[in-house]
Amino acid sequence: MATSEREEPTRRDFLYIATGAFGAVGAAALAWPFIDQMNPDASAVALSSIEVDISSIEEGQSLTVKWRGKPVFIRHRTPTEIEEAKAVDVADLRDPQTDEERVKPGKEQWLIMIGICTHLGCVPEGQKGDYDGWFCPCHGSHYDSAGRIRQGPAPLNLELPPYEFVSDTLIKIG
Amino acid sequence: MITLTKTAVRALVVAGAMAVTSVGAMASGEGGHKYEKQDWTFSGPFGKFDKAQLQRGFQIYREVCSSCHSLDYIAFRNLGQEGALGYTDDEVKAIAADYDIEDGPDSEGDMFTRPGKPFDHFPSPFPNVEAAAAANGGKAPPDLSLIAKARAASVGPDVGVEVFNDILRMIWHPVTAYQEYGPDYIYALLTSYEETPEELEETVGDKYYNPAFGSGVAIGMAPPLSDELVDYTDGTPMTTEQYAKDVTSFLMWAAEPKLEERKRVGVNALIFLVVFSFLMFFTKRKLWSKVKH
Amino acid sequence: MSGHSTFEPQNGFLKWMESRLPIAGLVHSSFIAYPVPKNLNYFWTFGAILAVCLVAQIVTGIVLVMHYVPNTTLAFASVEHIMRDVNWGWMLRYMHSNGASMFFIAVYIHIFRGLYYGSYKAPREVVWILGVVIFLLMMATGFMGYVLPWGQMSFWGATVITNLFSAFPYVGDAIVTLLWGGFSVDNPTLNRFFSLHYLLPFMLVGVVALHIWAFHVVGNNNPTGVEVKDSNDTVAFTPYYTIKDIFAIVVFLVFFAWMMFMVPNFMGHPDNYIPADPLVTPPHIVPEWYFLPFYAILRAIPDKLMGVLAMFGAIGVLFVLPWLDTSKVRSMNYRPLGRQFFWIFVVVCIGLGYLGGKPAEGGYVLWARIFTVYYFAYFLVILPVLGFIEKPKPLPASINEAVLAKHGDSAAAEARA
Repeated sequence: MATSEREEPTRRDFLYIATGAFGAVGAAALAWPFIDQMNPDASAVALSSIEVDISSIEEGQSLTVKWRGKPVFIRHRTPTEIEEAKAVDVADLRDPQTDEERVKPGKEQWLIMIGICTHLGCVPEGQKGDYDGWFCPCHGSHYDSAGRIRQGPAPLNLELPPYEFVSDTLIKIG
Repeated sequence: MITLTKTAVRALVVAGAMAVTSVGAMASGEGGHKYEKQDWTFSGPFGKFDKAQLQRGFQIYREVCSSCHSLDYIAFRNLGQEGALGYTDDEVKAIAADYDIEDGPDSEGDMFTRPGKPFDHFPSPFPNVEAAAAANGGKAPPDLSLIAKARAASVGPDVGVEVFNDILRMIWHPVTAYQEYGPDYIYALLTSYEETPEELEETVGDKYYNPAFGSGVAIGMAPPLSDELVDYTDGTPMTTEQYAKDVTSFLMWAAEPKLEERKRVGVNALIFLVVFSFLMFFTKRKLWSKVKH
Repeated sequence: MSGHSTFEPQNGFLKWMESRLPIAGLVHSSFIAYPVPKNLNYFWTFGAILAVCLVAQIVTGIVLVMHYVPNTTLAFASVEHIMRDVNWGWMLRYMHSNGASMFFIAVYIHIFRGLYYGSYKAPREVVWILGVVIFLLMMATGFMGYVLPWGQMSFWGATVITNLFSAFPYVGDAIVTLLWGGFSVDNPTLNRFFSLHYLLPFMLVGVVALHIWAFHVVGNNNPTGVEVKDSNDTVAFTPYYTIKDIFAIVVFLVFFAWMMFMVPNFMGHPDNYIPADPLVTPPHIVPEWYFLPFYAILRAIPDKLMGVLAMFGAIGVLFVLPWLDTSKVRSMNYRPLGRQFFWIFVVVCIGLGYLGGKPAEGGYVLWARIFTVYYFAYFLVILPVLGFIEKPKPLPASINEAVLAKHGDSAAAEARA
C-alpha cells in the first residue's frame, strides 16, 4: 500500500460526519412516501363520513348501515329498553358507562354503535342474549340495551362512532 | 483521453454531415402546422396554477365542453383539494349538488337520481360510448380528464432541418423542463379554426377545417369557442384566445391535479441532492487525496 | 471471493456465526477488502448505479402493485387512481416509469464501457455473457411493464411485439396464440404479462448476483486493460470505491430527480394516456425509446422473417463477441484503429435509435439499412479483422506505472522497475 497511506482512523472528520448525517436524513425522508402510500387514499377518505335518513325507522326497529367498511347499528329503542339501561348500577359494569354517555342528550331513543364485538371483531346479533340487547355468537359476549358488555369475554362496550344530528331525521356519521 | 475525444468528435461530425445531406433533404416540419409555445403559469420548475384561471376554465368546461365531453377521472372533491381550484368545502358541496347523479339500487332494487356529493365523479353527458358516438357523427368525443397529457404539439427550436430540430428539441425539452406540449396543442386547436380553403372543401366535407388538428385537417368538433360566449364576472377579457387559455389550464389541472405538489417536492428533492452530491464530492476527494489514481 | 478471506471476527457472536455461516466473511472479502484497480474512471461507477436502479424498480414496483389492478377494464383507471388518489402515488409511479428509462440509460453506458475497454475478453467472457442475459431480461421486463397501464401504446406495442413471433415458419402462429392466451392481446395477455413482470426482476437479481460473483473471481478490468500485477495496482473496495460509487449514484440521482419531477412524461408517449382501444391503431406507433435501435433494425429489412432474425441477431451477436474480437489488447485506448471504428459504432447505435422513432419511409429506411450493415459489420468483420492488421500502442507494464506516468512521475516508475 505504498501509495495509499491512510489517515489515522481515530480522527473523526467533520466532513465525514456531516455527509453521513445528510445521507441518513435523505434516506429517512425517502422512506416516508413508501410507508404513507399504505394509508387510506383520497377516495377512501372522501367516503369516511355518511349521512343517514332515520325517519323511516319505527320504534323497536333497527337499521344497519355500512360506514368505513364496518356495520353501524342504528337502534330506535323502546321506552322499556331505555328504562332497563338506566336501571343498571354503573359500578357493577366491566366498562362503566351511564346510559346518558351512550346517547345524545334529548335523543336517548337513538342508540348508534359500531356493530363489531370488542372481543375479536365478529358482528353481534341484535335483540338476543340475556340482557335484551346484543349477543355475539362467536364467543358468547352479551351486551345490554345500551350496548354495554355484561357477560362474556369482550372487554369493552360496543364502540360509538362519531356522529351528529343534522336534523331530527338526519344523522351524519363520521 | 484527448485522442479518444478527438476521434469521437470526428465521428460525430462525419455522421452529422451525412445526416444533413440526406435526412435534411426530407420534408422538414411534418404535419405542416407550426405550433407556438404559449406562456403558462404552471410551466417550469416553480410553476403553479392560477386558481382564478382554473375557475374560469372550469366555467367554460361546464357551460361549453361538458355538453359533449366527459371528465371521468375527476370527482367534485378534487376541485377543492390542495393545488386545485381553490374552492372551499361548502363551495364544492354546492357545485356537486348542482349535478344529478344516478345512484342505487335502493332497497326496492330501483336506480334513482340524487343531487351530487363531493365524492361523486362528474357525470358523463352520454350513457355510454356507443350513444356518444351515435350522437356525434360516429365518433365519440374523447374524455377530457387526460387530454392535456394525451396530445402533443411539436414545439421548440427550429433551424429548418428536421434531424437538427429533433436533436435540439430532445435536449431543449428536458433542459428547460418543457412539458406543456399538450396545452400548447389544445390552445392551438381551439384557436386555429379557419374558413375551409376551396381546394380542401371535398376533404373536409361536413366537418370543420382546422390546420392545427393532429390527424388530418378536418375535425368533427364545431368551433367550440367564440368571443363573448361565456360570461366572465371578474373583468377578464371575453375573447376566444382568453377562453382557450383558461380552459386549457383547467384541462392541464384535470390531467395532473398533483402538478403543484410534484414541482414543490421536486425542487426540494433536487436542492437536497445537489447539496448531498457536493458533500459526497468533497468526501470522495479527501478520501482519495492520498492515492494516486 | 478471490483468494481466502482475511476477515477476523471481532466478537464472540461473530466467531460463533463465522464457523457456521461465514456470511460476514463473504461480505468482507467481496465488498470491503476486495482489491480493485486504483485507476478506474467514472464509467466504472455504472455497475453500482445499476444495482441502485434495480433495487429502486423492485421497491417502487412492489408498492405500485398494492394499488394496481391487472384487468383490462380496470388497469388504466387503477393507474389514474394511483396518480390522483393514493398518497404519494404520483411520485411512486413516476419514479417507476422514469426509473425504467434511467435503468436503460445506465445499462447502455455500462455496455459501451465494456465494449470500449474490452471487458468481454478472456478471462471475463462469462461476466460478459451473464451481462447480455441481464440485458435481455431487462428488455423483457421493460416491455411487459409498459403494457400494464393499458394505454394505446401499451396495447399496440404488445400487439406488434408479440406478432414478431408469427414470423417463424410453421410454429409462429401457434407461439403467438400461446403468448396471447386468446386470439388477440386481451385480458389473459395482460394478466400473464403482469405475472411475468413481477417475476423477472427477481430473476434479474439472481443473474446479477452471478454477474458480480463472476467478476469477483476474475477481478475488475480497468482503463489500461492490463491485469493487476500486485497490491501496488489496487486499493480496497471499501472505503475507496464505496464512497466513489455513492458519489456517482447521488449525481445520477440528481439527473433522475430532474427527469421524474420536472419532465416526467418526456420519455413516455402521449398516446399512452389514451385508454387501449383494440379497434383503433394510433397513426405512428413506436416502442419505448430503449428498444428503438433494435426496432430500426427490424424495419430496415424488407422481409418479415429476416427482419425479426436481424433484430434478435443484433443482441445474439453480443453473446459470441468475446470470440469475435481477435485483438490481444483489451482497451481501445491502445488501439488507434479500433477506437475510431468504436466511436462510429456509437454514432451508428444512436442513429439507429433516432431512426427507430421516425416513420419507416424514404431516406429514413435507407439510413437505417446503412447503419444496420455497419452494426453487424462492426462485430462480424471489423473486430475480427482488426486484430490481425492493427498495430496497437505500447501497453504500460502495470496499472501503477500507467498511473505514475499520468502524474508525470515517470522517474519513480523507472526506479521501481
